[in-house]
Amino acid sequence: MTVFRYDSTFEGLLTAVFDAYTRRQVPDVLLSDGDIAPLFTEDEHTVVTDPEKSQRVWSALEKRLSRDVCNMLFFSWLSEEKGVDGMIFRFIRRVFDEVANISTDFADPDVLRIKQLAQKVSWEKTRLTQFTRFQKGNDPSENDGGAPTFFAPVSPQYNALPLAIPYFKDRFRDQKWLIYDIKRRYGFYYDLHTVTEITMDDDAHLLAGQLDNEMLAADEKLFQSLWKTYFHSMAIEARINPRLQRQHMPKRFWHLLTEMQ
Amino acid sequence: MPRRITTCVPKLSLPLKPPLGELWAMKESVIEKLRVLAESAKYDVSCASSGISRSGKDGQLGSAHGWGICHSFTADGRCVSLLKIMMTNHCMYDCAYCINRRSNDIPRATMTPAELVELTIEFYRRNYIEGLFLSSGVIKNPDYTMERMVRVVKDLRTLHRYNGYIHMKSIPGASEALVREAGLYADRLSVNIEIPREDNLKLLAPEKDHQSVYQPMRYIHQGFLESAEDRRKFKKAPRWTPAGQSTQMIVGASPETDNEILKLSTKLYNVQGMKRVYFSAFVPVNDYDKRLPMLASPPLVRENRLYQADWLMRFYGFGAGEIVDDAYPNLDLEIDPKLAWALRHPERFPVDLNRADYEMILRVPGIGVKSAQLIVAARRHSRISAQTLKKIGVVMKKAQFFVTTGEKTGGIELKNIVFSDNTPILTSGKAGLIGDTHPDLIRKFLTTKKPRRKGDLDQTSIVFPE
Repeated sequence: MTVFRYDSTFEGLLTAVFDAYTRRQVPDVLLSDGDIAPLFTEDEHTVVTDPEKSQRVWSALEKRLSRDVCNMLFFSWLSEEKGVDGMIFRFIRRVFDEVANISTDFADPDVLRIKQLAQKVSWEKTRLTQFTRFQKGNDPSENDGGAPTFFAPVSPQYNALPLAIPYFKDRFRDQKWLIYDIKRRYGFYYDLHTVTEITMDDDAHLLAGQLDNEMLAADEKLFQSLWKTYFHSMAIEARINPRLQRQHMPKRFWHLLTEMQ
Repeated sequence: MPRRITTCVPKLSLPLKPPLGELWAMKESVIEKLRVLAESAKYDVSCASSGISRSGKDGQLGSAHGWGICHSFTADGRCVSLLKIMMTNHCMYDCAYCINRRSNDIPRATMTPAELVELTIEFYRRNYIEGLFLSSGVIKNPDYTMERMVRVVKDLRTLHRYNGYIHMKSIPGASEALVREAGLYADRLSVNIEIPREDNLKLLAPEKDHQSVYQPMRYIHQGFLESAEDRRKFKKAPRWTPAGQSTQMIVGASPETDNEILKLSTKLYNVQGMKRVYFSAFVPVNDYDKRLPMLASPPLVRENRLYQADWLMRFYGFGAGEIVDDAYPNLDLEIDPKLAWALRHPERFPVDLNRADYEMILRVPGIGVKSAQLIVAARRHSRISAQTLKKIGVVMKKAQFFVTTGEKTGGIELKNIVFSDNTPILTSGKAGLIGDTHPDLIRKFLTTKKPRRKGDLDQTSIVFPE
């Protein structure tokens, strides 16, 4: 059994593809750095992530596949599902080894699963655009006439936050905002000009979901209760249907939704 | 690499704004008004924010998303996309089906344009909503009301440089000049038909007629076409209601058949260039009015079937005449319209999924647009099998009777399909295709609810005596 070890990054995975072709050796199993090798391991190779190699593989893929399919591969990677690396690996090998375009061969379980995972991640991205709620912060800069920052803690099932950022950047151009993934503990900050990926040393105030009163702008609570009032009076009693509500707005989002508090 | 910043915690500073208490006192009235006006607006179905993609502009707030985004879902499972609100719920009309009719004793309120604008912008900034849906009761006369509404949307766009979605109701009977002005700022305009047949409308809303509804519709359609024409000639010509118009019909308040409703909606799509026709199950809000039918609950299933029929017409290539006709004027409430069509036309099935046209695959019950596309794409590589279908996401419970994949067994093997009274559904051994059995049996199989089984019957279980 041949085993490749890599650093569990997308670039690492692409480098592993590169190594497989240069070494003329196909791994049976892909392992992350800390994993224990299976029994009967004959050959173990540690992949050293190399931006140049991974870029070469990616460009070759871009030449052979449409943009949608390349996106699909990356989206499915963001699902963080166990074993998705192996699926992507086999998918890429088929792309290089076969003449026909295999990206629509949905009878191949790898191709179908990758497509489905990509769809799920894409849905998660949509849900982030739907269910992210900003809370207006009481920024110190406000006293100097600066704009307050809008905070939004999120905790998506898949790592889809980077995919949703263009939406927020496009829509909320004239306000500063910070969207923070409390599950993966990183976020994005927009300072009216550019979006930067950030991590925070002290993120306890965001992990709770609701910010403390003293961090909020003076009118924030008012608009929260206006929104709650509006939300609750929109429901028609004769049509109450909690199952439908949960189907469209799964419960895992509720703890961060202003109106469900 | 992520930039590491020490902290983003805003520090508490001396409040320059009035403390919370004062602000509350000031706005307490707005909360109450918002509640009253939202209650009044909630029976309007349309809440879509679709039809237009517009990217954000520098220094402006907002963008529009082509498919629309639902930001929340209320306890009745309906989408909250727009801030759906009435400017006022005072109304001079006395329509039997409407909660805001003149003779109802309900709390009344009016929002000022400034309040509406502030609410919209502040909600929008927090990603609560996708835009504004402004509607209103009619006060004084249609033009007076319409003028005030236009002011709100104009202020939003010009003074506050708001770039998000706006849907505005056009008041029946409003003048062309005002409709034209509204269309400059709103993304979508709509006028509700409410009651499909004019004689029934006259009965329930004596002060209204179809003329007052169709006239603004024509204005809107006309303006839309003119703007499209201008934009072909001049790149910078202003867009006029770029997301088109929509309308709504109440289902179950008057005795129209589904046939009439679907024929009318086809006509609206084709002639008036409607983007959407909505159906609203009649909620008996004024149960004292003897002109209205007595209903225990709103006809939700009928509403759902109408939407399914609407989808079949818009995305599946069905004609209204195929779904309902004079012989079957109403939709089957027990089964969906596509299955009903398939059972009425056994001669069109089974469909060989490895050969059939995309259009025919779309007509198979249990196969939707997505599955049909996947099937057509996948069969270029290898034959489609029943296993693949299941993984693709086809609803095999329905589809199994109508498709064949050319496997050796011929058709898809059906396991243990017998009714509770032990009549088998199949007349011939393995293949349970529609040609081998009577459509009524399939119908019976698909509509009988399976009793809940405790555990797996294929497993032997040990019963321990107590």
